[in-house]
Amino acid sequence: MIMLTVNGRKRSFDGAPFKRLIDALREDFKLTGTKEGCGEGECGACTVLLDDEPVNSCLIAICQVEGRAVETVESLGAPEKLSRLQAGFLACGGAQCGICTPGMLMTAHAHLKSGGKADDRSVRAAISGNLCRCTGYQDIVKSVIAAAKGRRK
Amino acid sequence: MSVGKNEPRRDGPAKLTGRALYLDDLDIPGCWHGATVRSSVPHGRIKSIGFEPGFPWDECVVVTAQDIPGKNVVALIEPDQPLLADGIVRHREEAVVLVAHADRATAYEAAKRVKIEYEPLPPVFDMERSDKTFKSFLIQRGDLDAGFAAADVVVEGEYRTPSQEQAYIENNAVAAYEENGVLIVTGSLQCPYYVLKALKHIFNRDESGIRVVQTVTGGGFGGKEEYPSMIAGHAALLALKAGRPVKIVYDRHEDMAATTKRHPSIVRHRTGLTKDGRLVAQDIEVVMDGGAYATLSAVVLSRGTLHAAGAYECPNVRVRSKVVMTHTPPNGAFRGFGAPQTLFAVELHWEKIAAALGIDSLTLRRRNIFKLGSTTATGQRLLESVGASECLEKTVKRSKYASKRREYDRWNKNKANPSWRGIGLAVCHHGAGFTGSGEVYLASRAGVALTRNGELIVLAASTEIGQGTNTMFAQVAADALGAPAAWFSVETPDTHKVPDSGPTVASRTCMVVGGLVSRAARELKRAFQTEYGRVPKTAADLKKAAAALCAGAPARRFEVQYEKPPEVAWDDAAYRGDAYGVYSYAAITVDLEIDKLTYETRVRRVTTAQDIGKAINPLLAEGQIIGGSTQGLGWALLEEPIFKDGVMVNSQLTNYVIPTSLDAPPFDVILVEKPYSRGPFGAKGVGELPMDVPGPAVAAAVLHATGRLIPTLPHTPERIAEALK
Ligand code: FES
Ligand code: FES
Repeated sequence: MIMLTVNGRKRSFDGAPFKRLIDALREDFKLTGTKEGCGEGECGACTVLLDDEPVNSCLIAICQVEGRAVETVESLGAPEKLSRLQAGFLACGGAQCGICTPGMLMTAHAHLKSGGKADDRSVRAAISGNLCRCTGYQDIVKSVIAAAKGRRK
Repeated sequence: MSVGKNEPRRDGPAKLTGRALYLDDLDIPGCWHGATVRSSVPHGRIKSIGFEPGFPWDECVVVTAQDIPGKNVVALIEPDQPLLADGIVRHREEAVVLVAHADRATAYEAAKRVKIEYEPLPPVFDMERSDKTFKSFLIQRGDLDAGFAAADVVVEGEYRTPSQEQAYIENNAVAAYEENGVLIVTGSLQCPYYVLKALKHIFNRDESGIRVVQTVTGGGFGGKEEYPSMIAGHAALLALKAGRPVKIVYDRHEDMAATTKRHPSIVRHRTGLTKDGRLVAQDIEVVMDGGAYATLSAVVLSRGTLHAAGAYECPNVRVRSKVVMTHTPPNGAFRGFGAPQTLFAVELHWEKIAAALGIDSLTLRRRNIFKLGSTTATGQRLLESVGASECLEKTVKRSKYASKRREYDRWNKNKANPSWRGIGLAVCHHGAGFTGSGEVYLASRAGVALTRNGELIVLAASTEIGQGTNTMFAQVAADALGAPAAWFSVETPDTHKVPDSGPTVASRTCMVVGGLVSRAARELKRAFQTEYGRVPKTAADLKKAAAALCAGAPARRFEVQYEKPPEVAWDDAAYRGDAYGVYSYAAITVDLEIDKLTYETRVRRVTTAQDIGKAINPLLAEGQIIGGSTQGLGWALLEEPIFKDGVMVNSQLTNYVIPTSLDAPPFDVILVEKPYSRGPFGAKGVGELPMDVPGPAVAAAVLHATGRLIPTLPHTPERIAEALK
């Protein structure tokens, strides 16, 4: 039995210990907000936070998560009450098809939470492991900067 | 008014919170997983299909071509592509056998244990060696010989473009099941009615026995135009045989290796000009590689052919084009649809002409570019909404093109500098809507429904794949009716609920289908006025008005059908006339720098002005422009599917590189709005145009930086190093 915290709640998992974290989240915990784009650590669509650090959940086995805290996109806001970061994405065009968005949000969330700078260069560097084929990134970068500015106000 | 405002996208909140359900997120009770056994030879005769002993085959469902109840064909244009290979395979990764199992991993394991033996047949991989032509076109204007006789110079060039993978981040995924005798197919797809057409032939059923529903779709870019029909057929065969739901979700490698990509091309130009730089003759030859089956190749070639002469007036033109068969997976739709290939050639060719004449390419473009009243190669007179010059001038000015050219000339002279710098220019047009008479044949329908409770619902089969279709439709409908956009919802594309508004392709969703939605909303407005005395102003008023108009029925639909504008005339046989109702225009400058040690290119800034008639939602329009042009930069600099023995060997995101946030440059976008009288609120097409311009501008910038004209994309460090040897 593997014990972990998912979005602030204690959860237990007793399936195969080498099940990928992404599959455990999606299949066992029914948290389908985390997406799979490549399954090999290249696209970042599966990004979740593990003890506040962004990781590719397609590369991590559930047994590596014993005793640790996982945060997924579901831990941010709800449709009627978006978090500031999500609201920034909505206002600035940060999501188009939306498949990269949960991973992008988690990476950006970690960046801002850890005190990362909200300028073009820092945000681009922070999200460089998350591929987006739709936006060309500029509106994503703007979204993150707008959210960070809103926070300081 | 809602049109022209940045209404937040409708699907935003669900996508931003992880609530939006893509196909693989659906919890379909009892659903099994399907896997595909694919050919391991590019061309061959199937000798035997064997099942490795010792595997629990009794737990699996297995399907071959023999299980197909109707025709073994994925019906599209030509009936040449089988749903499952039967007897002969014509490309690597062609589907031969399907298996399904309750467990995803076991399904894939089972697929590995199906052993197919082939008798190899000789393959053709080189498009110039193919002896099978799927389609050819000829455009002629004026007298080519007389044109060349009047020319002071003749400039020749040959240009090549590679394939390109759409690389949507959500791989292909479709599920199928039967419910009350109706086959239900749902998935990540662009064209529900294409899927329906294919399934009708495969299962010998009419549209009442098949229902196709789009799920939230994680990008398409053309890549989910036709191939989902294939996967839908596969999932449905397995589901019917298993008697339970089956889903097929491709992994990245499978999606890249097996599904359609951009057509590789070779384009040759022979161009005659006067010594002051006026075009007098253009002779253009286009060859595209269609892959093993015809699929959409004829239409892709058509668009490529119709754009081959560029956005310039020339009195004497000949364009000869063909798309041929090779033993590679079929190529298909990808944003731009043949136009980026031919536009790359015609635009980069200006640099060659500039060198021959000693006149810079900006001046040459100014002398020849389409203006109001210009005539195209097909004899189409451009009578309205021609923003080519304005896009060119605005881009040149905003990017300080002329002074940057001089500045970089100086920079490049200084041998001590660690890089070469360059700025390149391109101007393109892009026809909106289907080619030629295509829209007439499609006869699209769309509408607006009013329920008796006062709900207003836009009805169209056009799919939201990230471009913002649903938001844009609501805005258009609202303004046509004279009501708030919030009153409108947009129905899910479902062939049992919405009329066939045609495929979501060809930059037609906003202009053509948006136009239908606007007309339908105006019919509703008339009904409100005549039957209720006014268009309701408040929500309570809307409820009353709805009750009055529905008169007891649950809902009333206002549907309209496409009508060809009377002034548009096209002759399919002669390939002459108004190829498209209207064109959008774009100009771009790409400002870049090449490292002298690594030959790596860094794009420093992109400036682009695009005439799209009217931006219904400027934020969404800019999103299309920046996103589309970033794909164009990827094609120009990074992306190259490598084929070996007819199969893509770099079919992973690790070795097929698309732009990251560090590769993508800052964009300066200028929206130019030259309204089109037939488009909704003046709008033209926006989806594909941004893909056309970056390729030639990158090559022109590399030429400026290094002094070498490299006629082949992509300009990878290896290719630049080779050119500089
Ligand atoms: S799915 Fe994990 S990085 Fe792509
Ligand atoms: S929004 Fe589609 S991949 Fe990023």
